[in-house]
Amino acid sequence: MRAVVTITRRREIADPEGATIQRALVDLGYGEVDSVRVNRTVEVSMPGRDREYVRSAVQGMCEKLLANPVMEDFEIEILD
Amino acid sequence: MTVGIVAFPGTNCEQDVAYALESLGAKTVTVWHRETSLDGLEAVVLPGGFAHGDYLRTGAIARFSPIMAAVEKLAAEGRPVLGICNGFQILCETGLLPGALIANRDLKFICRPTRLRVESTDSILTRAATVGQILTIPLNSYEGNYVPGPEAPNAVLRYCEPNGSVTEAANPNGSTEGIAGVANSSGTVAGLMPHPERAIEDFMASTDGRVLLESFIASVEATPAGVSGG
Repeated sequence: MRAVVTITRRREIADPEGATIQRALVDLGYGEVDSVRVNRTVEVSMPGRDREYVRSAVQGMCEKLLANPVMEDFEIEILD
Repeated sequence: MTVGIVAFPGTNCEQDVAYALESLGAKTVTVWHRETSLDGLEAVVLPGGFAHGDYLRTGAIARFSPIMAAVEKLAAEGRPVLGICNGFQILCETGLLPGALIANRDLKFICRPTRLRVESTDSILTRAATVGQILTIPLNSYEGNYVPGPEAPNAVLRYCEPNGSVTEAANPNGSTEGIAGVANSSGTVAGLMPHPERAIEDFMASTDGRVLLESFIASVEATPAGVSGG
């Protein structure tokens, strides 16, 4: 079983990398792009464990390490 | 009086901090991050560098190094705990200091002297300074852009103009309200992005780092031994 965690920085926290990419896209002619946010994904593999176990374990991993509660949110997707 | 200086894999300022503190009269010992005890030490510094390669987020992995339980215990006893640059980032990740540090506003690594205004003398970092004092201390970081948590932090240093005013123009990295250093509410745990240990000798661009490190040493000497015997 695998889990894919998507970690996003909260909207109210600046994303200098996203802002730089947004400006580059506008320069490339994509003038309609008004915002870019750069997220992070982390893929966790836990062989031999069922879906609920993996979801619960990865939830704990996110709360402890993978995301920073001061500035980030996360979503967990479980893949077979 | 002996100060522990924690070295993680990727830490690179531990010798500078040891030199600076010892030149100001403290004894120091370097403690490897795999150690689990700080017994017998009266304070601890987390120095600058790139602990664990800065992977995931700066300080995120270091937070779970074995020594950190002992750092948290020392902090809980009210002993002085200071984080410089990467050490500041680690203390924020650990939750001993509020907030987080993200990439600089202009996505540039900044390595140059910065001017700082002392905002409060109620901390282990600033007790020997005066409010409003302006210090020149070098900054050396890519992720020095301070973001506070939900509550207003106890800011002890802000980036400022030569006349002391805090402006966006004087803010090198986009830190909220120009914050360069913070302390916990009791002032016993403090962190800052600039490097006071690089501003202590006459041949350096400034000797203004001395007053911050002297504050730290004075705080160590003024803190009574903890229940563990310190």
